[in-house]
Amino acid sequence: MIALLFRDLKLALRAGGGFGLGLAFFLIVTVMVPFSVGPQSELLARIAPGVLWLGALLACLLSLDRLLALDWEDGSLDLLATAPLPLEGTVTIKALAHWITTGLPLVLAAPVLGVLLNLPVQGFLWLLVSLLLGTPALSVIGTFGAALTVGLKRGGLLLSLLVMPLYVPTLIFGAEVARRGAEGLAVQTPLLLLAGISAASIALLPFASAAVLRVNLR
Amino acid sequence: MSIWEYANPKKFLATTERVMPTLWISSAALISVGLVWGFFFTPDDYRQGSTVKIIFLHVPSALMAINAWFMMLVTSLVWVIRRHHVSALAARAAAPVGVVMTLIALVTGAIWGQPMWGTWWAWDPRLTSFLVLFLFYLGYIALWEAIDNPDTAADLTSILCLVGSVFAVLSRYAVNFWNQGLHQGASLSLDKEENVADVFSNPLYVCMAGFVLLFIALVFYRTGTEIRARRIKALIARERLEA
Repeated sequence: MIALLFRDLKLALRAGGGFGLGLAFFLIVTVMVPFSVGPQSELLARIAPGVLWLGALLACLLSLDRLLALDWEDGSLDLLATAPLPLEGTVTIKALAHWITTGLPLVLAAPVLGVLLNLPVQGFLWLLVSLLLGTPALSVIGTFGAALTVGLKRGGLLLSLLVMPLYVPTLIFGAEVARRGAEGLAVQTPLLLLAGISAASIALLPFASAAVLRVNLR
Repeated sequence: MSIWEYANPKKFLATTERVMPTLWISSAALISVGLVWGFFFTPDDYRQGSTVKIIFLHVPSALMAINAWFMMLVTSLVWVIRRHHVSALAARAAAPVGVVMTLIALVTGAIWGQPMWGTWWAWDPRLTSFLVLFLFYLGYIALWEAIDNPDTAADLTSILCLVGSVFAVLSRYAVNFWNQGLHQGASLSLDKEENVADVFSNPLYVCMAGFVLLFIALVFYRTGTEIRARRIKALIARERLEA
């Protein structure tokens, strides 16, 4: 399992792996927002938590079609499926690698972009916490979507259509934590619900992803 | 005699063809009686005027929008567990009907909301969760269309339906948390003190029954079409093999 994780990380980090693409996309989306809504710092401060969450979500979505497609194309997914490691474990590791290469950099970059959007000072901590808790759910749900569409040519757009509705609860609670944090309100309830969604997704969705992958590899 | 007999496409087609005329006629009769009764023989509401009468389309379609997804969930489970092709095809057949019902509910709701709430659309929990349901339907249908192999498509869409159901329910309660609503609460419950007045609810029940029958008839009809389409495909394949 650990070897697989390091292999995925190495592939993502080396040239052509697309590491940093999600991060750059996050940066560009956030930078485009003031151009579209105007530079008033008050308005930006109000929408900053939501924009940052949406940007992170889209950046995550963007990197999903590479998650399994490359391994599918060169056949290593078939090898992984016949390996002694259960497929559930494989997809969990894939999701983890995706989170480390996409989710974690997004979490770390978010406060910097928060400065650009004039996020209130008390909001930074909760933005970090909410993204830290929420992005694993995004990766795991995304892995399920990637597994569904792995066998399809031009599956990218369909992948977005399938995954977006699944992201709704995570986005609602995550952005709510960030918003309440920025406004200095109590964050406990949405925070717990967000953590619950992440925990349940991590625990249950790999089974669905593995089942779907088995069908696709049949 | 068990329900699993209808997993045989031949038996399914024979039986549905026998009951379908009855279904069509009774649903048409119920809907027209309900709508005429509702539109012309109920008083205007003292506050809402005659706009209240859109309820006779709005509520039944919303009811069927949710129940269609529920039916797809059940038939998907049957496919995953017992692998009856008719079941998978029924789920496929129900999805476009469900998406149309969702759209009717959304559009009639907007038409009703404009004079009553002063807005076509509000990010109210019920409205939002219906929009999310609409997106789920779209994704489900798109996945069916995208995959060539029918068995793979049936497997993938059923798992999507199972996972999607969980997330749809989750979204339903998440949006409650996210925004307070303009939409009224449930007002046709058996255990509530205050419900819609009988003058309105009686024709409404008739319409709802009509929509249920209409949905069943449409699903039978469309499932029959799917079964025949698959037969034609098999016949063509056989002919090619012989030629």
